[in-house]
Amino acid sequence: MASSEHWSADVFREMKARNIRTVCTIPDGGLTQLLNLVKADPAHRLVTLTTEEEGIGIATGCWLGGERAMIAMQSSGVGNCINALGLPAAFRAPCLMLVTMRGQWGEFNPWQVPMGQGTRPVLEAMGVRCFPVDKASEVGETFAAAADLAFHGRLSAAVLVSQRVIGAKGFGQK
Amino acid sequence: MSTNATATSGSNKIQRRPFVAELLKRRGNTLVVPGLGSPTWDTFASGDSPEYLYSWGGMGLAVPTALGLALAQPSRRVLALTGDGEMLMGIGSLGVVADQNPQNLSILVLDNEHFGETGRQSGLTGNKVDLCAVARGFGIERTMLVTEQGKVDELAEFLFKGQGPAFAVAKIALSEDPWRLPEKDGGTIAHRFRVALGLENP
Repeated sequence: MASSEHWSADVFREMKARNIRTVCTIPDGGLTQLLNLVKADPAHRLVTLTTEEEGIGIATGCWLGGERAMIAMQSSGVGNCINALGLPAAFRAPCLMLVTMRGQWGEFNPWQVPMGQGTRPVLEAMGVRCFPVDKASEVGETFAAAADLAFHGRLSAAVLVSQRVIGAKGFGQK
Repeated sequence: MSTNATATSGSNKIQRRPFVAELLKRRGNTLVVPGLGSPTWDTFASGDSPEYLYSWGGMGLAVPTALGLALAQPSRRVLALTGDGEMLMGIGSLGVVADQNPQNLSILVLDNEHFGETGRQSGLTGNKVDLCAVARGFGIERTMLVTEQGKVDELAEFLFKGQGPAFAVAKIALSEDPWRLPEKDGGTIAHRFRVALGLENP
């Protein structure tokens, strides 16, 4: 459902509609609005991590205990999750990730490029279904589609929000 | 609560199998998340239960998985039962536990100062690394170090009765125990666990 609001409001609405209560995160600039919405709502729980792979374990534990959770991270964090993604796969537990991309569209920082380019191949190599989206108006509905696949199919799914949506960080340089 | 003592490699006396069995006899309805390898074999050797979430992989994730479970099941006590190698791999998760501050989560590290599963190579806890000090540094105030087999009642009280996240280390001997291998299909383990919690039909 497209709206004139920031895409984060659309995602938050779809989260609430599906009782996705917990968001585990290592933040990214592009996730700021969504994380603020989660933090401000007492019905939701923000879990700040030290490394993204912890979020895979926490979200799996939440589901085993009857709650829905997700992990929100920058594309560089996907690399930290590789072995951990075997855990929900082995338990046949759902795993939902919201990934904001770096190293992709107009990246200024060359250190972000290798993992940014590798994000989707790495996820797919681990059996994660990827839902790339490059229009702000389509992030909410894409998130909803990925969430339904993950929680009803008990599968791992990742929404990859293009750097084109987030905007590249240029540190004032051209 | 904090108990300070030191134990160096080779001097550990606690025998893991009877120690874990005696401890789990006292768990009440605590849900148990044993880490991969020996903690899972020890747990299964003590007697099977659908409330045991056996693990065969995902090194470093016993504490995060137990934390997620504790957050989703606030009325149930949850015990993460892990080893020194796995605990160090996921050491940052202690900071996440302290930050979330679940009143129902306890962690016990069975510390033999070696990577037992892969050929008993030396680990890091026999020399310099003090896991209880690390846990306190992350903000987990309740820690306990156990070096004697006879302390199981005190440890059970600490892990299963107190409020707030609890972190204990048991200095166990480097022993060679017979394989006791539980169900290894994760879907089956998850299903019977969720059935026990009333979340799925049998």
